[in-house]
Amino acid sequence: MSEPVFTVRGLTKVYRTGNIEIRALQGADLDLNAGELVVLLGPSGSGKSTLLNLLGGLDRPTSGSILFKGRELAALGEADLTEYRRNHVGFVFQFYNLIPSLTARENVALVTEIAADPMSPDAALELVGLGPRKDHFPAELSGGEQQRVAIARAIAKRPEVLLCDEPTGALDSRTGVRVLEALASVNAELGTTTAIITHNAAIKDMAHRVFRFGDGCITSVEVNAQRIAPSQISW
Amino acid sequence: MRSLDKKLIRDLRRMWAQVLAIAAVIAAGIATLILASGAYNSLYETRDAYYERHRFADVFANLKRAPKELLARIREIPGVVAAEPRIVKLAIAEIEGLAEPASAIAISRPDHGEPRLNTLYLRRGRLPEPGRVDQVTVNESFAKAHRFDIGSTFKVILNGRKREVTIVGIALSPEYIYALGPGDLMPDDRRFAVIWMSEKGLAGLFDLEGAFNEVSLKLLKGASEADVIARLDSLLARYGGAGAFGRKDQQSHAFLDAELRQLAAMARIVPPIFLAVSAFLINMTLMRLVSLEREQIGLLKALGYAGREIAWHYAKLVLAISALGTLAGCTVGYQLGNGLTRLYGDFFHFPFLIFERDPAIYVIAALVAALAAIIGAMRAVGGVVFLPPAVAMQAPVPQRYKRVLSKRGLEIAGFSQLTVMALRHIVRRPVRAALTGLGIALAVSLLITAFFTLDSVEHLIDVTFFRTDRQDATLNFSEVRPDNVVQDVRRLPGVMRAEPFRAVAVRLRKGHRFRQLSIVGKPKDMELSRILDSHLQPVRLPSEGLVVSERVAEVLRVSRGDIVEVDVLEGRRRTLHVPVVDIVKMYFGLAVYMDIEALGRVMQEGRVVSGVHIAYDASRSVALYRAIKNTPVVTSVGLQRVALTRFRETIAQNINIMTSVYIALSMIIAFGVVYNSARVQLSERARELASLRVMGFTRLEVSRVLVTELVLLTLLAQPFGWWIGQFFAWLTVEGFSSDLYRIPFVIERATYARATLVVLVAAVVSILIVRSRVDRLDLIGVLKTRE
Repeated sequence: MSEPVFTVRGLTKVYRTGNIEIRALQGADLDLNAGELVVLLGPSGSGKSTLLNLLGGLDRPTSGSILFKGRELAALGEADLTEYRRNHVGFVFQFYNLIPSLTARENVALVTEIAADPMSPDAALELVGLGPRKDHFPAELSGGEQQRVAIARAIAKRPEVLLCDEPTGALDSRTGVRVLEALASVNAELGTTTAIITHNAAIKDMAHRVFRFGDGCITSVEVNAQRIAPSQISW
Repeated sequence: MRSLDKKLIRDLRRMWAQVLAIAAVIAAGIATLILASGAYNSLYETRDAYYERHRFADVFANLKRAPKELLARIREIPGVVAAEPRIVKLAIAEIEGLAEPASAIAISRPDHGEPRLNTLYLRRGRLPEPGRVDQVTVNESFAKAHRFDIGSTFKVILNGRKREVTIVGIALSPEYIYALGPGDLMPDDRRFAVIWMSEKGLAGLFDLEGAFNEVSLKLLKGASEADVIARLDSLLARYGGAGAFGRKDQQSHAFLDAELRQLAAMARIVPPIFLAVSAFLINMTLMRLVSLEREQIGLLKALGYAGREIAWHYAKLVLAISALGTLAGCTVGYQLGNGLTRLYGDFFHFPFLIFERDPAIYVIAALVAALAAIIGAMRAVGGVVFLPPAVAMQAPVPQRYKRVLSKRGLEIAGFSQLTVMALRHIVRRPVRAALTGLGIALAVSLLITAFFTLDSVEHLIDVTFFRTDRQDATLNFSEVRPDNVVQDVRRLPGVMRAEPFRAVAVRLRKGHRFRQLSIVGKPKDMELSRILDSHLQPVRLPSEGLVVSERVAEVLRVSRGDIVEVDVLEGRRRTLHVPVVDIVKMYFGLAVYMDIEALGRVMQEGRVVSGVHIAYDASRSVALYRAIKNTPVVTSVGLQRVALTRFRETIAQNINIMTSVYIALSMIIAFGVVYNSARVQLSERARELASLRVMGFTRLEVSRVLVTELVLLTLLAQPFGWWIGQFFAWLTVEGFSSDLYRIPFVIERATYARATLVVLVAAVVSILIVRSRVDRLDLIGVLKTRE
């Protein structure tokens, strides 16, 4: 493995609502390497989504540091964070979050129009196996197809990192596997560092490494000596 | 309190900004209704009470001279309750400190007892002593304009003799609520005096002892005015009767009536616009609220709430909004109504004001506002309330979009995906987009309705003062004079040009339609007081026949070539048949013209004139005015420059108030519509916009999606707003049109631009307020939840 894309040290995030203080993340340390595919496992409220939001520049840490290729994210202002998301990070969410008024291709084009060095929307859709469906509106696509459009949209900018929050959470096993295949092939072909959050332990076997979360801390890190292909996963 | 009601109160509090914006639109409609109807009722009741207490006459007639014995016969006319004779004479007044000559109308007062009709409201002092010609009671507005009080003096030329008179009383009269001097277009309190004098005194001055030259009648309720007028006219014919007329042709009454009609029109037209817009806003906002609460509604039904209970819950929400608007509207409308009534009290001369309020109007206002709210809510609530609970609890089916342009078309147009999003959103809800546009267009149209009056008045001024009546002054004689008087006038100091005119009182008839007016004879080669055709080109009077103004043609339904019947109301009182040869543009009064020589021929009276238009050297005006004040035959002087200044002052005062009100009203509509659209959009599209932010779009770019749609709708609405504005302006022109005056239908380009600018400002401000919410979008929260 090469040098780390992310170097995270003592990362802490505290949410305050009124008098209640929630320590969502308490001093997490980790490194993510270039081209690595990791799975973040853990129960609800264990801090994995908080980590993903911080890595993706959606939120700022209470303390600690996140180095992205040597650049401190915690120190960035609003405009720099926007620029960071625009050019370096791709997101995939559980509920796809496609723009209903844009076709599949246009949803991808939304990103390619503003990115520095994008691939063509068609190429991104080919990569997730949706070439033939590119002119359909979200309402005309199945859940799995919509999620693959979301992946195409996330990778079309050629991001260094792809952050996926429960990408198969709303899908059945068969459709979910197709989505995972798309993620694996993007990781393999483009070398995009990929982090996938899931409740679903079955997915962990496709990762290079698996981070387990509990109570805002990373409780264990496993390295998969033998990765398996998404097609062999089912739940 | 039931839990649902708690939810209601919390919903209202949470949506306070939208609630306020909608309530403001309702309030504007209700306020206009209360304001206009309040001012109307107050003005109407005040006028009625004034007429009643001071026995304002129903029919009026001027004549040359008749013996008082004739009164017995007049009182015998069926339907006549009372007849009051008097002497009325025009005079020139000379007031210290006022260079220009002023006009006065001298009216006799019985020396013993009260007159039966048109009694005075004596503000201060007393009436002149019997037989005294040096004592007068004057109208209050004239006294105020000169800060005159009891004991003040000024000079009047009565029957050729200049006399100093002393003010012994200050009074108001129901005949001069609107006090317009002879030949004036606007009241000028400095230059017009009504003076009441002892009958004996005035009769002595004019050799009218035992006689009268004006009579007023009070009619029995239900008596036919037309019959009485016909009988009176035939009685007065041999005494030089100039045609009797009813209240509707009495100048003061007619102006007041025109004002009342405009108030009534305002109450009819403006409030429905606001209530329609508020119904739409309620519909749009509630549709969104209901779709956000779809699952809650499903849950409530699952818990056992009936559909109508849930419907009633939302109905209460909109009724609360409408109640808020009604309350605010009634309060503001009440205050403004009193303000407007007071303003009328200043402009019109009433001795007292009655602030009349019909409590029913508040009930009507509340009901109408509630109805508008319920209509707005119906579709929104109906849609979900009657869904089975299981269906309601499921997420709604994803929205379907259609292509706006073909793929190829989009590529050619070069729209970014952000623009495409905005365009498709408009197309997806065409009805809502159209109604939003309509709301904005209505705001534009209200502004055009307000602003166009300025264009119209400027045009009116240009045509009247600079193209038609270009004379500096008009001298009116007490009686017709041989036309060599023109030579004498030319010799007055500073006079550069003099053009005679002859005005003949007639009744113009075509079929059963008729109007009492003057035919004005003018020389063919007139230069000062001209006549213009509909293209504003000067008309040369034909040697035969009549040239009538558009208004006359309209009310008598005559066109070129028609023969009209002319009953001459003076001299030999013949009836003539004369063709209408041309129709011309005139904005004031009922104008009919004829070549002065042709008029002389048909009147069989030779070369006589009623007055002279003059142009003079302004540097010699003081000498000229002095000379005029010493010219006994002149009974009134019209001064164009003074008239124009006065005209501008009065119009500016009235129009500025109206324009400010309309700007405020339009801003409320524009703001209400755009703000609510933006809020609803933001709510519907929070997820999309948050996605864009996550993808790395800047706040500015994300706001653009929201702004593009609203700005586009606002811009698209402009031409429709202009068009609706033209329609309202036309309605206004028609509404203003009366025999007294009409206003031209002129809308300058700058007016469209100004209306658009005001609405754009309101739209941009409301968009910016909503835009700031885009900055506060909760990226994580929005994206992790199911819509």
